[in-house]
Amino acid sequence: MTDSLSQSFEALTLNLGGELFAIDANCVHEILDLIPQTDVPGAHPFVDRLINVRGKVVPLADLRIKFDMERTPPTIDTRIVVVEITLDDEPTVVGLLADKVYEVTTIGGASIEKTPDIGMRWRPDFIRGIGKRGADFIVIPDIVRILSVH
Amino acid sequence: MTNRTDPAQIFREESAELLAELESTLLLLEARPDDRDLLDTAFRALHTIKGSGAMFGFDAAAAFTHHLESAFDRMRTGALAPNSVLIGVALAAKDHIRALIETPALADAAEGDRLLALVAAQTDAPGAAPSPSVASNLVQGADSPVRAWRIRFRLAPDAMERGTNPLLLLDELRGLGDATVRAVTDAVPPLEELDPSRCALAWDVTLTTAEPLSTIQDVFIFVMDDTDLTIDAVAPDAPAGVEAPPAPAQPIIPLASAARTDTVATRPPQSAPVPASGERAAAANANTASSIRVPAERLDDLMDQVGELVIAQARLKQLIGASTDLQIKSVAEEIERLSNGLRDITMGIRMVPIGSLFGRFRRLVRDLSQELGKDVALTMSGEDTELDKTMIERLNDPLIHIIRNSLDHGLETADQRSAGGKPPQGHIHLSARHAGTQVLITIRDDGRGLDRERIRAKAEEQELIQPGAKLSDAELFQLIFHPGFSTARTLTSLSGRGVGMDVVKRTIDALRGTIDIASTPNRGTEITLGLPLTLAIIDGLLVRVGRGRYVIPLFAVEECVELPPMADSRQTGRNFLNIRGALVPFIRLRESFAVTHPPDIYQKVVIISTGERRVGLVVDQVLGDHQTVIKSMSKLHADVANFSGATILGDGSVALILDIGQLVAAGQAVGQTVEPQRAAS
Repeated sequence: MTDSLSQSFEALTLNLGGELFAIDANCVHEILDLIPQTDVPGAHPFVDRLINVRGKVVPLADLRIKFDMERTPPTIDTRIVVVEITLDDEPTVVGLLADKVYEVTTIGGASIEKTPDIGMRWRPDFIRGIGKRGADFIVIPDIVRILSVH
Repeated sequence: MTNRTDPAQIFREESAELLAELESTLLLLEARPDDRDLLDTAFRALHTIKGSGAMFGFDAAAAFTHHLESAFDRMRTGALAPNSVLIGVALAAKDHIRALIETPALADAAEGDRLLALVAAQTDAPGAAPSPSVASNLVQGADSPVRAWRIRFRLAPDAMERGTNPLLLLDELRGLGDATVRAVTDAVPPLEELDPSRCALAWDVTLTTAEPLSTIQDVFIFVMDDTDLTIDAVAPDAPAGVEAPPAPAQPIIPLASAARTDTVATRPPQSAPVPASGERAAAANANTASSIRVPAERLDDLMDQVGELVIAQARLKQLIGASTDLQIKSVAEEIERLSNGLRDITMGIRMVPIGSLFGRFRRLVRDLSQELGKDVALTMSGEDTELDKTMIERLNDPLIHIIRNSLDHGLETADQRSAGGKPPQGHIHLSARHAGTQVLITIRDDGRGLDRERIRAKAEEQELIQPGAKLSDAELFQLIFHPGFSTARTLTSLSGRGVGMDVVKRTIDALRGTIDIASTPNRGTEITLGLPLTLAIIDGLLVRVGRGRYVIPLFAVEECVELPPMADSRQTGRNFLNIRGALVPFIRLRESFAVTHPPDIYQKVVIISTGERRVGLVVDQVLGDHQTVIKSMSKLHADVANFSGATILGDGSVALILDIGQLVAAGQAVGQTVEPQRAAS
């Protein structure tokens, strides 16, 4: 993921707790239906489960916890987005829960605005920017930042 | 990835192995100076380092090695007898070669010169027959008049493929003095048969120089073994050879008219190779046939793939279990057999005999015993016991610490030993053997043993234990692994700072191993490391707690018992079980893991242990044993205690592997908080 958001990029759009989010499509490995999950006792509620992705043990993160959203039970639309990010200089594969996955789309650089300082319920450092898409707002989360902060 | 194709890197790796081999050979040679095979092995190692070093641009290392190789060559031919002084110098020289190869910038040139002088002093010692070249060196060195030399050389046909550039050799000769170079073209084939990559030319050089013969020989130092080289001194009054037509016949014959002839034929005619080189070639052939070099990551990848195959096969087996189709069942069984075989072979690939590790300690013990002025013999057994390669690498440091401790603290000086009625020579024994799914490595010395009183006093001083606390020997000895714990009264360069033993403990814990210490005053100490065969796969006991399934490493499991209803109903207070008269604290995993699922009626307790400490783990159900491929947990779970890794079960779901050390420590904490209550009641 690039730091600068002034350029347009390919993004996967998804729904989290009723809000529209966009994740850089380049770091997405695959999108899975719900698969069996294993609880990790003692782990932070945000990453308290493990999944088996093609023989690899991968932590499953629930971004909704970080955005103070309600942890609703999974529906038929719930998906796991498997992304690879760099944490402490090490490539790390993480599964992200999504209430619904929409499409891969281009988000124009011009339509992205800096995170407003006020009027936000969430920690501003978790958001890289807000994109506009017609009348909708698209939240572009800073996945690395969110996963680094416990 | 780039390193893999970097020839210099390959050379460094190869030479590290060769130097290790050289060292062990030298140490054996010290004990058995008459062993021809050992001499040959040492010579071959030096020869290979010299040859490949020159090829990959490690010129300083190659040049230095050459001198050592010459000394060994003379030992091989019997002109020189190996002795302990020479071997000592050779060992130091080996270290210098390593420095030249690994950190050329830091290598001390003066040290190199000093070592060469020592080698020269040994090789020129009285009683050794001086070789012609040495003699001529001396003569040349005494007075260095300007002389004429006739140098004729023919490179091996494939010399250029191997990186030799004849032009550089000729330039170097020209640099020595006034040189006339003529190419001998009689062996050049007709154009249609000409292979431009092969060197068909020979050269005839007349050189007038003040440099001694040895300098001229040094020009050919790296190609000597494959080159027909003749160097003749031309008498100043008989320069006929210069104008003489090239001798058409091969091989080149030394000039009869030369006043004095120093002939250096490093390579006899093709038809009659010397036995040594034939032997060498045979050995090289044997090596290429029996082993290949594979990057360790590739083996790791293979292991991962095989691990997944085993998991997939287990799932297939589960699915097939319900089927009645005999054909599918037979295919599934075939796949099971194949994948099990593949798994065993893949695990076997990573296994290397532990002798390669033990061998390194001969040098350590030799050097340390000299430094400390103690006479110590090191013996070994079970060197062919096989262990995972990664494991062997990681055992190096802990074993060094333990052996150093034994030498420094454990073993007494010869006088003290004699006074105590022991043989003056101390003894350290290293052994390795298989025991079930573990390998046991034992380091035993016959020194003074651990001082229980001093350990206790120190532990009380550091408030690690309460004054007067009753501890078993094993518990007491475990204290020496505590960080900063040292009972040594004086610091030496080797040990006494209290670092070291806790490093041992941490490394062995990380390898999922165990440490046991037994010690008898005045009789010695025995430290036993118990290690799993491999890092990649463990045998585990699969248990269920609530809905979750967990794997307990089988090596730590002592027994499984039912939790007595009496103990079960006491939800608080004394969490102790009476196991055949011994009180064992237990932990309810349901509580540790905050399980809400209703408990099974009959709770089971799995008794686990490290060393002599035991802890019971209360689980809902014991599911059975399970061989499992270990997957490490991601960084996101670095803060999660109680688990050492994860694994994938037959049905494809993930199960966590319990961290035995962590749980035992937690259980002991439970025991300690309850202990005072028990004493009070």
